[in-house]
Amino acid sequence: MQVKKLSTDILIIGGGTAGIFAGITIAEESDANVLILEKAYIKRSGCLAAGVNALNAYICEGQKPEDYANYAMNDAHGIARYDLLLSMSQKLNSVTKKLEDLGLVILKDENGKYVLRGNRNIKINGENIKPILAKAVENHPKISVMNGVNAVEYAVKDGKAIGAYGVSVNNNIFYVIEAKAVICATGGAAGIYRPNNPGFSRHKMWYPPFNTGAGYAMGIRAGAEMTTFEMRFIALRCKDTIAPTGTIAQGVGARQINSLGEDYGIKYGFTTSQRVYGTVKENIEGRGPCYLETKGISQEQTADLYKAYLNMAPSQTLKWIESGKSPDVQNVEIEGTEPYIIGGHTASGYWVSDDRSTSIKGLYAAGDVAGGCPQKYVTGALAEGEIAAHSALSYIKGQTLTSISDEDIDIQFRKSTKYLNNTHSTYSINDLEEAMQTIMDTYAGGIKTNYQYNQIQLTVASEKINELIQLSEKLTAKNTRDLTKIFELKDRLEVARVLIKHLESRKETRWHSFAENTDYPQEDDRYLVYINSTTLNGETKMIFRPLIKEGQKHEHID
Amino acid sequence: MSILINQNKCIGCGKCTVVCPGNLVHLTKDNKAKISNIKDCWGCCSCLKECLVGALKLFLGADVGGQGYTLYAKDKGDISDWIIEENETPKAKITLNKKDANKY
Repeated sequence: MQVKKLSTDILIIGGGTAGIFAGITIAEESDANVLILEKAYIKRSGCLAAGVNALNAYICEGQKPEDYANYAMNDAHGIARYDLLLSMSQKLNSVTKKLEDLGLVILKDENGKYVLRGNRNIKINGENIKPILAKAVENHPKISVMNGVNAVEYAVKDGKAIGAYGVSVNNNIFYVIEAKAVICATGGAAGIYRPNNPGFSRHKMWYPPFNTGAGYAMGIRAGAEMTTFEMRFIALRCKDTIAPTGTIAQGVGARQINSLGEDYGIKYGFTTSQRVYGTVKENIEGRGPCYLETKGISQEQTADLYKAYLNMAPSQTLKWIESGKSPDVQNVEIEGTEPYIIGGHTASGYWVSDDRSTSIKGLYAAGDVAGGCPQKYVTGALAEGEIAAHSALSYIKGQTLTSISDEDIDIQFRKSTKYLNNTHSTYSINDLEEAMQTIMDTYAGGIKTNYQYNQIQLTVASEKINELIQLSEKLTAKNTRDLTKIFELKDRLEVARVLIKHLESRKETRWHSFAENTDYPQEDDRYLVYINSTTLNGETKMIFRPLIKEGQKHEHID
Repeated sequence: MSILINQNKCIGCGKCTVVCPGNLVHLTKDNKAKISNIKDCWGCCSCLKECLVGALKLFLGADVGGQGYTLYAKDKGDISDWIIEENETPKAKITLNKKDANKY
């Protein structure tokens, strides 16, 4: 395998919404060189590959950024960062305008105003959101993009990020990239838990199976402080296709009903976790399956739903048509997904300052990997990309490139490529991945246990995940594609390991389903704290931090 | 959920191999598109949107209620036709205009 050394001013890991927007911001506002490292191909990578149906974070007329921040704080039952939510919310509308200028189609009324969907959403044609963003990158000669390169580790020296290492997915190349600052904008983590349909359709998840928590895992291994992993995200989705439900619920005003036809929403409440919990509970108590009540909608509405789903989750339209049961004649069955770790929806991720700097100097986080700032969705990820870009630009003034030593390169090279030299493993990569998913499903609150867990189960989960981590060291790789799969598995295992620690530490049930601790089934005000963690030499230490109240900001202290 | 690739129709342009977010589609030695593991597909349809000859089609696994129908897209600039077939016989066509926003 060849070693290639590159350098740039700012390295962005992940070519999704946050990463691309950070890149564009840097290119437009400075002379700095920027390199985006992308595991797939930026035109269709990450969670927006198929498209997105609406912009779910927008400050509609009559609303203020503070209203959005308060909404998200309330949805998180108090465990989120008001400072981060506010700085994000203040940018939601300007980044939306920029997205429109880049070519995104947004529905407008006869007066040229955006058509609103509720208080916080606007309607778009988001099928081509990734191609639009990718094209904007192509138009900037100062932005370099390397597709098909999987970042595997940060280069850190004296507590400062000085670049990263990556391995080409399809070619025998090991990359060493020196940078004055690094922005992590990878996705969250799917595939840690056993999915809804673990057989042939195992990858028919809501969040992409290719988002494996690499950004989190690299941060954990580098000793970065992480927050709120225990606030898992479980999505309420259309059964089988795992397609989004908001389009039906908000689009045609469909109620959530049980098999008796009762609207059960009011019984449980309307926060994101309560909606999932209500559906789980109705099933446990014998009133399942649950549905979105679409029966009786007009043919025009049905046709519009077909189109809307083709623009974000085509499988749902195919399902309606091939089953011969369109939504106007049959209600749409719903179910909860397996748990994900994803900072764009809940608050899991890097512990950051208001400027999106992490606890590692020179390393910034934006989008799904940045913690404390839930409900950011697409526009919030763009906003964080912009904030991180500004902060990185200001940081690199006066910084010079730090050379990554040959010795460090050699150590990392051996660590990353040793699987090519391993000669015997009893287990395949897939075997261990399935084992991890089964362990997490059974002992760490997966679908199997209706998302519930207790300390005894978590102890078992922890032991078994540690065993898998040991076994994963023996895996063999024939080529760089296998290597990529091994890194993905190892990243998931690392996220799982830290997640279990977080679940153990929150001895309460603040969010039903998201963190349903049967030893402590009630909310407990003593846990009105952020649960954070740092890892050093494989040992994870928990940190309980007091809530940052409205008007306060968190700044890292050296 | 996965894609079917009709290698007889495939012209070997390789466009589908570039865009897959999971790096799953590759060209064989005789220049035909092939998915490395059919179970690894997410069903996002990025690949079939690139295909000019309708060689790639989405289908639902039987485990999620698939009935064996397929779905593919014919891209015509601002317009794209989505065609649903049973045994290669068209059953439905839905035309989307990229300039139109969703109503929902």
